[in-house]
Amino acid sequence: MKIKIMAIAVALGLALGQVAGFKDAVAADVRALRDSPVSAPDKAPDVYKVQDGVKHERAYRQQPPLVPHATEKYEIDLKVNQCLRCHEWPYSDQEKAPKISDLHYIDRNGVRQDTVNGNRYFCTQCHVSQVDAKPLVENKFQPAVTGR
Amino acid sequence: MSNDTDGKQPSLMCQAWELLRKPTGRWSLGAILIVGFATGIIFWGGFNWAMELTNTEAFCLSCHEMEQNVYREYRGTIHDQNRSGVRATCPDCHVPKPWVYKIKRKIQASNEVLHKILGSIDTREKFEAKRLDLAKNVWLAMKETDSRECRNCHTFSAFDLSRQQKRAQIRHDEAVEEGKTCIDCHKGVAHKLPDGAFNAEREMNETWNAVHKKK
Repeated sequence: MKIKIMAIAVALGLALGQVAGFKDAVAADVRALRDSPVSAPDKAPDVYKVQDGVKHERAYRQQPPLVPHATEKYEIDLKVNQCLRCHEWPYSDQEKAPKISDLHYIDRNGVRQDTVNGNRYFCTQCHVSQVDAKPLVENKFQPAVTGR
Repeated sequence: MSNDTDGKQPSLMCQAWELLRKPTGRWSLGAILIVGFATGIIFWGGFNWAMELTNTEAFCLSCHEMEQNVYREYRGTIHDQNRSGVRATCPDCHVPKPWVYKIKRKIQASNEVLHKILGSIDTREKFEAKRLDLAKNVWLAMKETDSRECRNCHTFSAFDLSRQQKRAQIRHDEAVEEGKTCIDCHKGVAHKLPDGAFNAEREMNETWNAVHKKK
């Protein structure tokens, strides 16, 4: 009887120890992008300045052109779209800003309209400004045009 | 009806006029001068003090029309929060600094008191409906004064273009050359733009140029 209890205790102890060791090993391998403990609030992200006046090349054919200036202060809502104040014709000529492509005026039935279509109205859904931030994870992306 | 019209007694107004007209035999000229001077200082100082009280952010926000619409939009904009903590509050942009123009604006403000009493913009919906007209008033006022209130802080002559961003350098240089004023481009800086803002802007510029632009 005594030996049996001893054996069970030893087995249990070994099992627990192994689980603990296994857990340690897993914990050492897995590194979260978020370094603060689970119970602690997130660390505030670094603040990067928007790249102004930097021309960003397209990385692939269908890529929406990137915005070479800050956009956060431009109002885009039901009432006004301040992007269009410079980038829509005829303003684009006056302000010497790139004109938005005519495809933005085609509605979902394929009919050309005189105003920017609602599907394409929220510029910053596709066109974004860039900051010089370091990638959080390694990235092997290559622009499609290299070597052409 | 009232006491001063019955009998042969002159009216209260006449009595007061007589009192003002009659040279006093009791007080010396010196005493009158000193007392007059002192009360003058107190009244004038008091007047200006009371007027400056109406030139504070707290005064503007005592009306919910201001607090719940324009102020909430202004919160977080560059004139409210920025790296150096220098703020431009309501009166800095909307009340002129020079005395004569300030008094003129304060007299105009009696119209705003009237509309406060009438409740012309006492809900968000009413405010939004009137918003384009209100904005146009401010734009035109700023255009007429060559953005005087902006230039209390932002003067062209003090611009260091080399420390501005490339696009700003080019556009500000053009603006100086063409004699543009701040509000020509910087609309909706501290508040949201109204519906139809760009059409209104174009109309305003067209009428303005028709009258003011020299060929």
